[in-house]
Amino acid sequence: MRRSFFSMTMLGLVMAFLYVPVILIFAYGFVPNGVSMSFFGHDGRFLGFSGKWFGLIFSGHYSVRPLLQSFWLSLRIAGLATLVSCVLGTTAALALHKWKSRLQSIHYGLVYTPLIMPDILIGISLLMLFVASGIECGFWTILIAHVTFCVSYVTMTLLARLQDFDDRIIEAAYDLGAGPWYTFFRIELPLLLPGIVAGGLLAFTLSIDDVVITSFVNGAGTNTFPTYVSSMTKHSRNLPAVFVLSTLMLLFTCALVGVSKFLTSNHEPRRKA
Amino acid sequence: MSGFLEFQGVTKRFGHVLAVNDVSFSVKKGEFFSLLGPSGCGKTTLLRLIAGFEQPDEGRILLDGQDITRLPANKRSVNTVFQNYALFPHLSVYDNIAFGLRVARRPKDEIEREVAAMLRLVQMEDKADRFPNQISGGQKQRVAIARALVNKPRVLLLDEPLAALDLKLRQRMLLELDLIHDEVGITFLYVTHDQGEAMSLSDRIAVMHSGVCEQIASPAEVYEAPKTSFVASFIGDTNFFDGVVTSFPENNYCKLDINGFAEVVCYNDKQKAIGDRVNLSLRPEKFRVSVDPPPRQNPHMNVLRARVEDIIYSGNHTNYWVSVGARRVAVYQQHLGYLLDEKPIRWGDDVWLYWDADTGYMLDDYAPIDESLLPPKAPGGAASANPFTSGREDGAAK
Repeated sequence: MRRSFFSMTMLGLVMAFLYVPVILIFAYGFVPNGVSMSFFGHDGRFLGFSGKWFGLIFSGHYSVRPLLQSFWLSLRIAGLATLVSCVLGTTAALALHKWKSRLQSIHYGLVYTPLIMPDILIGISLLMLFVASGIECGFWTILIAHVTFCVSYVTMTLLARLQDFDDRIIEAAYDLGAGPWYTFFRIELPLLLPGIVAGGLLAFTLSIDDVVITSFVNGAGTNTFPTYVSSMTKHSRNLPAVFVLSTLMLLFTCALVGVSKFLTSNHEPRRKA
Repeated sequence: MSGFLEFQGVTKRFGHVLAVNDVSFSVKKGEFFSLLGPSGCGKTTLLRLIAGFEQPDEGRILLDGQDITRLPANKRSVNTVFQNYALFPHLSVYDNIAFGLRVARRPKDEIEREVAAMLRLVQMEDKADRFPNQISGGQKQRVAIARALVNKPRVLLLDEPLAALDLKLRQRMLLELDLIHDEVGITFLYVTHDQGEAMSLSDRIAVMHSGVCEQIASPAEVYEAPKTSFVASFIGDTNFFDGVVTSFPENNYCKLDINGFAEVVCYNDKQKAIGDRVNLSLRPEKFRVSVDPPPRQNPHMNVLRARVEDIIYSGNHTNYWVSVGARRVAVYQQHLGYLLDEKPIRWGDDVWLYWDADTGYMLDDYAPIDESLLPPKAPGGAASANPFTSGREDGAAK
């Protein structure tokens, strides 16, 4: 098929718009001069790439303690939020798939809304809720906030997978004498696991790099990795280090998405007898 | 009167749709019983009621004297072979078959023994480690049957089990199903829309139509003595005639005046009186056509003049469509003798049409038939390979 010049140009522009910033961030992680933010000296000479920002980060030039603390907090929150939202999301998706009624369409709306609601709105409303109910902001409020939007992603991912789930398989299990629990753990769960894992990875990814919502509900002194990094940008001499961290996070996220894609593709899990 | 599996006035509605309407019948132990009917006739709903996937709105279902109407599906000693097999895709053939036994917590060595026996029965011993997506449709079918049979159900429910297979495989599985039924001796309840499957396998058939059992009888009875016009036309082909009784030429026989057709003699097993309306079903193969007048052997022989309108030759038999006055009659004639020695019948020929009065059957009721529900019939007007019309007389029976 012949592609027109126009459409190829548009494609190129769009790709550039999306990915040039990412490439720049990656590149500026290797910038030699952190003040001028330039690869070139005053005389216009190319100074080459520098690995010093990587070195600074890993060698403890910046006080690594808060960085590691925030990273550990992010991991705990993302892990817990993933776990909770997987359980809640799976039950929600199964309920939405099995029963159709007016109440269920409201249920669907409730699950769907966080996907389209602006983060700022979710953040502010949750903050107002926590303040109004006298809950002190910190670890638990961040966790609740993350579960709130993660559940939606898990549910939607799983609902899509349930579309091509053969419900007769469940009937077959009942027919062969299995009760609801046995059927769930031996038939439904193993068959839906790739979907649940995919949804969970998505939730983990979203949770671990959320800045906007977290910044509303984290309270004073509690920083997740992304909010800590964003506060680092306020000191401009640290900028390249921020770029390095961003690059590392990008790679981490890509790896997660890659695993998730691999699991959602047509690989049925195989178990030997 | 109580059978092994018994339906007592079972009714099931889906919203405003009456899927099963006051159905009562009983199945004997060890019987191969078929539910036959067009799609949407309620036969699958009936099967799902027995399996426990649906609950009837009215009526009771008894299995071996026990009321199972409200028993959940996993507590019933019946097992189902699903139309699309519904094998567990994440379990191997072996694990699929062992599923029911593991649920029942049978001892390990017993499970091994039983599953091995089933694999042997369905000839899948070498495929035990395969997964459902690695075996063919026919093999999936066998696994589905084995998975159900291994639990030794009191009734095996089969929901159009052959529908997804191609013709050759279907015929082979048909034979195998018959063998398996003979071997295990379990009651089979077979749901199908294919009259051929039902006729060749069943001890008895229940012909269903819009949620109602129209007739329950042996295959031969259903074919030869259909109760209703629906049964007559759904199973095989037939010619319908409606007439009025005019006289009784002799005991057990009556003369009918068939509007626009002729006076014909027919066997009066329904004890009709003069003036009664009668609906007669005459199967096409009961007629004979010939160029020469038929030998008049008995007084019950109906003989009419007819004109040949269409001929479809197919080797062992020929389908003729002849007209008697304004009526068209389908005739399927077996070629018993050597066809080339007989006087050929050509389009437009005036022929003799004759049949024995005993071969017709009076229907209990006649209702207009929705043609779309019937199995496809041979085309009526198409020109075809025909030795009489094309002159290629070498293509005949040899």
